[in-house]
Amino acid sequence: MDTIIFYILSLMAVVCGILVVANPFSRNPLVSALFLLGTIFSLAGLFILLNAFFIAAAQILIYAGAVIVLFLFVLMLVDLKEEVKKKIKLFALITGIIGSLMTAGVFILTILYSMPLKTQKDMFQGDPSELGKTLFIKGEFLLPFEVISLLLLIAIVGAIYISSKENNSGDLHK
Amino acid sequence: MTVGLEHYLIVSAILFAAGLFGAIARRNLLIILLSVELMLNAANLALVAFSRFKGSPDGQVMVFFTITIAAVEVAIGLALVVSIYRRFKAISSEDLTTMKL
Repeated sequence: MDTIIFYILSLMAVVCGILVVANPFSRNPLVSALFLLGTIFSLAGLFILLNAFFIAAAQILIYAGAVIVLFLFVLMLVDLKEEVKKKIKLFALITGIIGSLMTAGVFILTILYSMPLKTQKDMFQGDPSELGKTLFIKGEFLLPFEVISLLLLIAIVGAIYISSKENNSGDLHK
Repeated sequence: MTVGLEHYLIVSAILFAAGLFGAIARRNLLIILLSVELMLNAANLALVAFSRFKGSPDGQVMVFFTITIAAVEVAIGLALVVSIYRRFKAISSEDLTTMKL
């Protein structure tokens, strides 16, 4: 049963992921964003299959709830009429295919030859309280956690400053 | 046949390659950002699979941080896209040639 669910979910993730970057039917970024949503939901299903319940919930909340919505808002703001008509250049296509196929080949050959963790004994049962203990009580990740909150604050201020109107309306050389 | 670690890693590798193709071949800045998100998601899948099969929650903590970083990256990236669109009236990466001699 697990095997069938794994194959369905991973097929959905891979197909949606490829349609995000190279969709033969539509060149609209809106369609790509919605296919990324499909990938995110199938990956959340795979996380549940891996007993990572908290990460699956966070994935759906943050990606589907925040990231994709932000993307869709910016897509509405930007006028894409002439961008959509542009074709992929042949040179870029060849470079992309060679680069990505070689990267995938190196990864897959490494995975197949090393066969990682053949002798696993005890798998992580994915209790969210275990995750919380690692994050907060053991103390190893306490400082990174606080630094992340600082980073989020910096990102808020930076995003507002970069996209503000006074910053962009003036001449470059003034 | 049970699903092992290598199955998850191969799915992750394929997703990463798809994202890499988008980041190289496409010229729309928004699509490039979406491709980077795809690559981050592929890395997340590999980390969660490692965490599950190693038997320790450290990988999931790492994914927790990565998701936060991805949100930050999208916020800043989209702010830059809006700023670029205001100044150049285009979001194609080949139109951004101000520094070309």
